[in-house]
Amino acid sequence: MIKMKDLRKDFTVRVKASRFRRKKRTVAAVDGVSLTIDRGEMVGYIGPNGAGKSTTLKMLTGVLTPSSGEVSVCGLTPVPQRTKLALRIGVVFGQRSQLWWDLPLRESFQLLRHIYRVPAADHASRLKRCRDLLDLDEFLDTPVRQLSLGQRMRGELTAALLHGPEVLFLDEPTIGLDVVSKQAVRSFLAELGATGDVTLVLTTHDLADIERLCERLVVIDHGRVVHDGSIEALHTRYGSRRTLVADLEKPLPDGFALPGADLTAVTANGHRVTFTLDSTTAGVAVAGLVAAVPVRDLSVVEPDIEDVVARLYAER
Amino acid sequence: MGDWRPYSALAAAQFRSAVAYRVSFMVELFGNVGATVFDVLTVLVLFRATPAVGGFSLREAVLIVGLSSAGFALADFLVGNVDRLKNYVRAGTLDAVLVRPLAALPQLLLMDIPVRKALRVVFGFVVLGLAVAANDIDWTAARVLLVVLTPLAATVFFGSIFVLSASLAFWWVDSGEIGAAFTYGGRDFTSYPISVYGGWFRNLFAYALGFGFVAYQPALALLGRPDPLGLPAWAGFLSPLVAAVAAAIAAGVWRAGIRQYRSTGS
Repeated sequence: MIKMKDLRKDFTVRVKASRFRRKKRTVAAVDGVSLTIDRGEMVGYIGPNGAGKSTTLKMLTGVLTPSSGEVSVCGLTPVPQRTKLALRIGVVFGQRSQLWWDLPLRESFQLLRHIYRVPAADHASRLKRCRDLLDLDEFLDTPVRQLSLGQRMRGELTAALLHGPEVLFLDEPTIGLDVVSKQAVRSFLAELGATGDVTLVLTTHDLADIERLCERLVVIDHGRVVHDGSIEALHTRYGSRRTLVADLEKPLPDGFALPGADLTAVTANGHRVTFTLDSTTAGVAVAGLVAAVPVRDLSVVEPDIEDVVARLYAER
Repeated sequence: MGDWRPYSALAAAQFRSAVAYRVSFMVELFGNVGATVFDVLTVLVLFRATPAVGGFSLREAVLIVGLSSAGFALADFLVGNVDRLKNYVRAGTLDAVLVRPLAALPQLLLMDIPVRKALRVVFGFVVLGLAVAANDIDWTAARVLLVVLTPLAATVFFGSIFVLSASLAFWWVDSGEIGAAFTYGGRDFTSYPISVYGGWFRNLFAYALGFGFVAYQPALALLGRPDPLGLPAWAGFLSPLVAAVAAAIAAGVWRAGIRQYRSTGS
């Protein structure tokens, strides 16, 4: 569905060298990215600010011309076949509205129907589905400029889907949204992805989006792909481990150890202990602990993807 | 392209957006007529001081103004707002235009159709009509064709100049008002008989850049006057050709500009 081979985008920036002179410098925003994304995949595209996420997305959607390399989306070459491609993809740029500022949301949708030449029946059924899933009805007749950010984003999502795109590109779809709106957007996208006929590529800084939606995670930094695989694969690669936190009736006996786990913290006067699980399962570790001391409460904590990604970014 | 429906829907939406702010819409609509009225007034005032300018009488000069301002007003109405391009480029909002399945330039124009400038077009054509009536023209089939084609060619020509000067923003975001020197400056240049300009300035604007063929040469052909500057009579019929060349150049530069577009970080 999407193919990129050695894709590059260079920008020339002028740096002030002295008061009157400026030096030209070439910066590679995207530096040789090769990826293949199949139909129906949901891919999370993450990276620190300025890593080249948006630039990649803009090359995939035909907004920017690549400096070199090959790119194809739905079998089309984005820039030369831009208008053809636009009929088959949906795009949500979190910071750029597709809607008509001064018109009610309903009219924007009507307009998009004409622009994308969607048959009235298809339009009506797709709009109906979005209205139900995204609760659009209460603000369908409000001019877009008066919508809250969360409402507008729900409108943008609908706008991107009304022509039934095969690929949906989302650039930071949850940026600036409150918790409830984020949830609404995520469950809507999850539902969309579950149907399996839309390929979804999303960039985000909110890793909860990824955990909730994407099986595949692509991490980009300095314009290069530094990780491509599942979230589990990322954990394995960076050795992130689960932890066992237990509240104890009394402190651990001296010299106590769990085979295959490290005692990493002791707090609350020895009443709360944290083990990092290395080469053992949570069940064995819990059994070993309960056999040694009476346990009041315990929990197994999954590794935090934020930590892993923070380490990934810090490595550069 | 091909299918006009999406474009007409865009235009209708733009109109509804414009009238969403009713009072400011009416103020702008009438305020804008002022600009074109003053162009014509300037010429009238000039002729109060002297009976002939550059060898042309008031009636003849008004014909030149009429041809030029009818064409310019229509071009400004249809294409003039392309000068907002620099704002779109600076803010990166051109992205939204480029992800739609329509050509970028018509979209930009239709998103911004300045309904408020509509009365200027009417005024420009009224002046042209009066000027044609006031002059004693020896009507032939060729001259009838000429009087219809000239304002249209002028529209295409000025439209191309608008697109060209706006395209500067693709390479040079801070292009500011430089383009206005050629659009509004060009209109002022074409409002007078070019015989009033001197030397290299005239050669550059009138012949090299083609402004002389917008109104001056066609007016001579309509009036049946020989060109005091020596060009043959058929030069008056060159304006569609000059306009076509300008349009081709503008289209090429625009296309190159779109590929040059850098967007912004988000």
